Amino acid sequence: MSTALSGQRSKRMALAACLPVLFLLTWEVMGRYDLLIAGLIPTPSAVLRAWWVWAAGAGGLALNPYSGTWGANLWFSLQRVGEGYLLAIVLGVPLGIFIGWSRLAARLVDPSIQWLRPIPITAWLPFSIALFGINEFGAIFLITLGAFYPIVVNTTQGARDVDKNLVRAARMMGAGGGSLLRRVILPAALPSVFTGLRIGLGIAWTAVIVAEMVAVKSGLGYVLWDAYYVGRMDVVIADMVSIGLMGYVSDRLVVFIESRLLTWRRMQSY
Amino acid sequence: MASSAIEITGVTKVYPGDNPVTALENIDLEIADGEFAALLGPSGCGKSTLLNLLAGFETVTAGNLHVYGEAVTAPGPQRAVVFQEAALFPWLNVWENVVFGPKVQGMPAQQYEQKASETLKLVGLENFAKHLPVQLSGGMRQRVGIARVLVMEPTLLLMDEPFGALDAQTRLTMQQLLLDVWEGLKKTVVFVTHDIDEAILLADVIYVMSARPGRIATRIPVEVPRPRNLDTLTDVHFNEMKKRIMHEMRVDQH
Repeated sequence: MSTALSGQRSKRMALAACLPVLFLLTWEVMGRYDLLIAGLIPTPSAVLRAWWVWAAGAGGLALNPYSGTWGANLWFSLQRVGEGYLLAIVLGVPLGIFIGWSRLAARLVDPSIQWLRPIPITAWLPFSIALFGINEFGAIFLITLGAFYPIVVNTTQGARDVDKNLVRAARMMGAGGGSLLRRVILPAALPSVFTGLRIGLGIAWTAVIVAEMVAVKSGLGYVLWDAYYVGRMDVVIADMVSIGLMGYVSDRLVVFIESRLLTWRRMQSY
Repeated sequence: MASSAIEITGVTKVYPGDNPVTALENIDLEIADGEFAALLGPSGCGKSTLLNLLAGFETVTAGNLHVYGEAVTAPGPQRAVVFQEAALFPWLNVWENVVFGPKVQGMPAQQYEQKASETLKLVGLENFAKHLPVQLSGGMRQRVGIARVLVMEPTLLLMDEPFGALDAQTRLTMQQLLLDVWEGLKKTVVFVTHDIDEAILLADVIYVMSARPGRIATRIPVEVPRPRNLDTLTDVHFNEMKKRIMHEMRVDQH
């Protein structure tokens, strides 16, 4: 039974790997036969070599300013995403619960959120730099803002859609105010909250790259733009893949937490 | 005679809107302490609305509604409700669902734990404490729905077609369970149903309701001796009662 299952799983993974492998091979071969625009697009193997130096090379070499700085830059970006994202959760989830629950809060706050939301986070960049200068806070401001909208909107939806009878049942058993919100509305809204968290996380990674390109002098976004300016496309591509990898891993982490918290939900869908 | 548990005088409920709907019109009702009352009627007769008013989920448009001498203004643990679809919290297991009431009321754990275990045993779920509602059958979910209100020791039990969504076999089992539980507790119960058999089997008194607008058509005391069980369903008294009620309901339609 379990071997059949794992056999199926490896078959699925092999199928999923087909396209990427084919793509990389074609790319590599085209590069070797000079079929790519010469000097502009490096081959996958060249990208890997550049990545190796970037990640594991000795630091402080004037010849290659990127040597050995991968980990540090990754950490900068990760930290900013972590801080901005957590702030967005801390602000967005309670506010969303509140808006979804209280008609007064909805009428008071929701319109403002809907008016501000269409302004893309990229449009906030100049404002953010003017306000915070070239430093951490500008980046964190953008990440928080970007992640905040999907979190608050989805949490609101979740809190609004709570089964009326669950609320009645809780009231009948003596729950009111804070205990009703904490014990009933929040858990009932949690599936929606996680939808918002996953969308928000994607936006947080977009925001950190944009912010680092313009408003700070470190991180994967900064390296991305800097490497482009000095014509290091190998580093640019290695950087892009690093960002994708981080986005993927962090999303898996959220999904893992979701599956732990929402066992009841997973069982319901079987 | 015992004092009255529920006193309803001139209660009207209108749902406002472009086409206002009069769900209940001028209801007068008195239910004695310890009495098992059934509200029987077709859908749309306002029997669930009346129950929601008693629970405090909704407010009256006109009239007065008193439970044990107090006007009903909001839901509370003294007027416990068993819902048709059980309305358990799907993220809490059976035990957590059962202790939800005492817990949110701030009762210390050692005060309710024993009572909760006893109640779980009473409804036959002592081996399912760690199960999530999604892992239970409809009948078992409703057992939890009953256990979680019994554990609060309410003065009034309001049941809104609690067995309406169950299959016939399970419904019989649950009716027997409720008879047994009620024999032991003798609490005041208001039980909403559209099933004549169920009303006769369980209740001391049946209020037959008519629809559009919802009114109490007639009050019929059930003259079937207790203790009752599922055999009661085939007994002579039962069939006589049933004939009478069916006649009353037909008369009411003309």
